[in-house]
Parts: sequence; structure tokens; C-alpha cells
Amino acid sequence: MEFLVQHGADLLFYVFAVGALAAAVGVITLRNPMYCAISLLVCFLCVAALFLLRHAEFLALVQVFVYGGGIMVLFLFVIMLVNLHRLRESSVFGEYAPMAVVLAVLLVALVLFVFLNYDQQAVAAAPGAFVSVEGQVVGNSEAVAWTLYRDYLLPFEIASVFLLVAMVGAVVLGRKS
Amino acid sequence: MLEVGTTHYLVLSFLLFAIGVVGILARRNMITVLMSIELVLNSVNINFIAFSYQLGDLTGQIFAIFTIAVAAGEAAVGLGILLALYRLRETTQLDGATEMSG
Repeated sequence: MEFLVQHGADLLFYVFAVGALAAAVGVITLRNPMYCAISLLVCFLCVAALFLLRHAEFLALVQVFVYGGGIMVLFLFVIMLVNLHRLRESSVFGEYAPMAVVLAVLLVALVLFVFLNYDQQAVAAAPGAFVSVEGQVVGNSEAVAWTLYRDYLLPFEIASVFLLVAMVGAVVLGRKS
Repeated sequence: MLEVGTTHYLVLSFLLFAIGVVGILARRNMITVLMSIELVLNSVNINFIAFSYQLGDLTGQIFAIFTIAVAAGEAAVGLGILLALYRLRETTQLDGATEMSG
């Protein structure tokens, strides 16, 4: 019991990390796009839980709303709009699949080599920075909003214009010519 | 080893990234390719959050918000292209679109 209390957050990390990886493998291996979408949703939710463990509460909610809500509904609508019965693929993977797997294994080997030889520093956790504004303790959402609207106002406005452009582009692409 | 640090998050993020890259390169269906791109963008977000926590700085969280905005726009436009491709070819298989291969 004491072990659970002491290492609860670490155990949760492993649970959600394994969940996210398993769901991600499901996304790229399952045959039916609908199952892929559900698997992707599980992956997004696991990643949102990982955000919670790293004191990014606001971002975890944004992840659930935007990915789990918006993007997932978009995917499901498109999957329902295309005729799945005509998509019966003989094989899920294309001709480049072996090369892709080799590339990914090399990438993972390289990265693991770097991390295993990397002198691990103790985590300088300062969670106070995520919930405070000018020394005053508030919530994570307020701290994020404070940084976003004070220090990153111009990128924020550019992002809104970008979303408008993307929306117009999607409408133009999607209409019947 | 059990103690979870930034390195664990980075390793997880790289594994997700590799899985996403395999999906992008190997799948024939454009819908799952777009899903794999979302996986890759998600792994970037994990990196941002891990370093934000390590450095005690909120900037990483802000950039993750921008990444999510870009991912949303990318999904909308990508799925629009997919619908256009489906209208043109009656399929979403990528190996059907070979005009550029000479």
C-alpha cells in the first residue's frame, strides 16, 4: 500500500504509456478504418492522461476536446462518407512497408542508444510554475492563459488566421465542383 | 529505473513517433496515413510537455497548444483532400494516385 502511494504516479505513467503504444500499434495495423479511429481515440485519451501526470491540466482537457472530440468526429464522418465496402484491400500495407519498418527500427535503435548513453540528470521539477501567476497561486488554466495572451499574443492571432484559412480550404476542397 | 523522469517521456514519444512514421510510409489507405500523422504530432506534444515540466517553464505547454491548432487544421484540409481524391477515383488507396510517377 505504501508502495502504491509512493510510486502511484510512476505506475500510472507505465499503464498509460503501454496503453498509448498499444493503441498506436492498433492504428497502423488494423484493417477496418473504423477500428483504427477508435484505437486512435484510445491513444489520444492515454496521452491526455500523461499530460495530467506532467502538470499540464489545461492541455489535457484541450487534448480531449480537440482530438477526442473534434478531430475524431471529423475522421468518423469521412470514414462514413467514403464507401468502405469498395475499400476491401487485398493487403493493408503497401510495397514500402519493409523499408518503413527497417527505417523505424534504425530510428528507435539510434534514439535508445543516445538515451542509454546520456547522463541522466535529476528532474528539476518545479510544478509551482504551472499554477502561479506572478507569485500568486492560481490554476493551470489561468497560468497558461496569462502566458498565452501576454507573451504569445501575436502567434495566437496568427494561429486563429491559420485556422480560418484551413477552414476555408477544407470547404473549397469539399464542395462539389 | 522505476522512477519516471523526462527520459521516459522522451522514449515514449520517440516510440510513438516511430510507429507513426511506419504508418505514414507503409499504409495504403489515406485515412490511416492521416491518422498516423496525428500520432506523430501527438508525440511532439509529449516532448513539449516533458521538457516544459523539466524546465519548470510554461512555454512548452503554449507551444503544444499551437501544435494542436496546426493538427486540427491539417486534419481538416487533409480530409478535404481525401474526399476530393475519393470523388475523383472512387477509392482512398494511395497507390491509385500515380500521375506523378512518370
